[in-house]
Amino acid sequence: MDVYFDNSASTRVSEKAIEIMLKTMREDYANTSAKHIKGVDAEKYVKDVADIIAKTLKVKKSEIIFTSGGTESNNLAIIGTAMARKRYGNHIIISGIEHPAVYRPAEFLMEQGFEVTILPVNAEGAVDLEVLKSSLRDDTVLVSVMYVNNEIGAIEPVDEISRIIKAKNKDILFHVDAIQAYTKFKITPKTQGIDMLSASGHKFHGPKGVGFLYIDSSVKINPIIFGGGHQRGMRSGTLNTTGIAGMGVAAKEAYDDFEKKIKNIVDLKYYLMDNLEKIEGAVLNTKRGENFAPQIISVSFEDIRAEVLLHALEDRGIYVSSGSACSSNHPGISGTLKAIGLREDLLDSTIRISLSELNNREEADYFLKNLVELLPLLRKFVRK
Amino acid sequence: MKYKSFLIKYGEIGVKGKNRYMFEDALMKQIRTTLKEVEGKFIVSKELGRIYVDMEGEYDYDEVIDRLSKVFGIVGICPMVRIESKDYENLKKRVVEYVDEVYPDKNFTFKVDTRRADKSFPGTSESINAELGEVILNTFPEIKVNVRKPDVLIKVEIRTYINIYSVEIPGPGGMPIGTNGRAMLLLSGGIDSPVAGYMIAKRGVRVEAVYFHAPPYTSERAKIKVIELAQLVSKYTGPVNLHIINFTDIQLAIYENCPHDELTIIMRRYMMKIAEKIAVDNGDQALITGESIGQVASQTIQSLLTTDAAATLPVFRPLIGFDKQEIVEISEKIGTYETSIQPYEDCCTIFVAKHPVTRPVLEDIEKSEIKLEGIIEELIEKALETKERILVKA
Repeated sequence: MDVYFDNSASTRVSEKAIEIMLKTMREDYANTSAKHIKGVDAEKYVKDVADIIAKTLKVKKSEIIFTSGGTESNNLAIIGTAMARKRYGNHIIISGIEHPAVYRPAEFLMEQGFEVTILPVNAEGAVDLEVLKSSLRDDTVLVSVMYVNNEIGAIEPVDEISRIIKAKNKDILFHVDAIQAYTKFKITPKTQGIDMLSASGHKFHGPKGVGFLYIDSSVKINPIIFGGGHQRGMRSGTLNTTGIAGMGVAAKEAYDDFEKKIKNIVDLKYYLMDNLEKIEGAVLNTKRGENFAPQIISVSFEDIRAEVLLHALEDRGIYVSSGSACSSNHPGISGTLKAIGLREDLLDSTIRISLSELNNREEADYFLKNLVELLPLLRKFVRK
Repeated sequence: MKYKSFLIKYGEIGVKGKNRYMFEDALMKQIRTTLKEVEGKFIVSKELGRIYVDMEGEYDYDEVIDRLSKVFGIVGICPMVRIESKDYENLKKRVVEYVDEVYPDKNFTFKVDTRRADKSFPGTSESINAELGEVILNTFPEIKVNVRKPDVLIKVEIRTYINIYSVEIPGPGGMPIGTNGRAMLLLSGGIDSPVAGYMIAKRGVRVEAVYFHAPPYTSERAKIKVIELAQLVSKYTGPVNLHIINFTDIQLAIYENCPHDELTIIMRRYMMKIAEKIAVDNGDQALITGESIGQVASQTIQSLLTTDAAATLPVFRPLIGFDKQEIVEISEKIGTYETSIQPYEDCCTIFVAKHPVTRPVLEDIEKSEIKLEGIIEELIEKALETKERILVKA
């Protein structure tokens, strides 16, 4: 039995997405910029997908920029904002649990003379709003906080963050990395006060190599990739019709029957959490309730090396990821697990289970059965 | 300049008396093996203490040079022009053409060095030097002669054919693979062992390798990394037989039965024993490890003595007197460093005690190992039975 519980890393591509992608490669393969009818046919996919995505976010389709994925979307939002607004100030705020695709660009800007403030988070991974308030300055140009943390699934108080920022100065831009949140939540940037929002196709059963950045039409940022002036100059490069078409189908599928899908995922998450809690020496870093995303469970096991457990599970056809602290070991910014104050001895003992609607109860049982078998075996061998 | 021939210079093997032809044949075989992987037709031949590689048709010059410069036994690779006619006027013309093509910038000093092995050719070596030099000077007035320290030494060898060359690309030296027996390398994913394998292979030893895999304590990626390392080493050694042993059960048995501060040393002793069994089965005459005195607890003199005692074959440790930095330099030179430092190995650390013994005493270790009697034999048997073998080629 193969149990894929690593859906926050990547997902299986939907059959309908594969179908339409094949069609774009076999039939509608022309360059969307071409003047002939085949170019028009290809461009139609892009327009349709912009429309689908715009509808899911309740925004205008002209506000969607297609990119090569989440990392590029984040880079474009952060570096593009800094370049466009450096006249107004050089201060940027990010949270202490951002993905490298956010904190590395911020670090790059630091080398270019920008100042970066890193907000602390509480034990549940939520940013400290008081610190946010006191960190906002007259020269702050951008705040970037993720919607859902990729390691523990914590949801950030995006609406409150926006209110606080805009109360200080409505010109400060608010970027949200929603790579783990898009299709798991109904996000409406206009009502939530989000100026820019990043998403990635392969996190929701679309293909890899494609994503998008929503940019509010009132916001002007600079491009970071230059060339033929595609997408109104915001992102040059021949449009990835195939990837965009696949991502569009996946986004549509995700939001059709949304409530039912999310309920299934949450039910499965709680079922797993109920059983994980019963295991001796298991510490759940993900909590129940409104503050955590439906699909992610972070759990630590005392006296277990996460990587060893990962390989032992892999041996039985179960795939999870290890939420190792080392992967985000970085001066100034520690990994999420460190940031939430997880016990030192559990940092290397933490795995992440991430679900999709393709997972079911049977898989959860198979996983739990094997986990319960493996833990005592692995615990026999700890470093002495 | 499109060269159609290379002169291959070899060092030590030239002085091996009656065995010389054996060494030459081994070198030619290695050259043929490596050039098989390159597109094009290559003819490797031998003539009076010289090895030539002749190309027919198109070939990738850089790739050929890259491959030849990794064949042990080669000291230098000289791209050359070969003239079949022994007409003197034609020779003059070809020498001028050669200089013009190889040295587009004529601002240099030179000297002609003729070897007249074919004594039927008119004149003396000196007179030919003088005449060819004069033709070059007359054609290219910017070029100057310097007989003591020329920038360019143009060699003209008059043998069955006439060879003209002036460029020598250094080879790796050493002796051709296959001329000095066979040995088994204990290959880990680290920096040292690939370098150790390279160094022993350089002395003409055919190397095969064994890797101890411990799933789930070491990952599949660690194994893939070792296969990649074997592949990089095989650029020099030729195809490598890589034996992969599942070591988990043996490690666990040691962990459960022996004192924890002795884990590493006992583990290494069993690695030696297993490596030796595979080595003997394959006709290898020695083991190779990447150890260097004092680098870690298991490489103190006392530890080395204790692991040594586990093997009956000689254990070659070519890095024994090297500092880490020196090893890193070689690994960078041979191209294994970048792969060696990929971080896929650290989940095995539970088998490393927090305070391992640094001065183990053989008798004590052997006493600890008595506790494994009755268990370990079967586990070793099973490890050997489930052994995986991969033929790794570059």
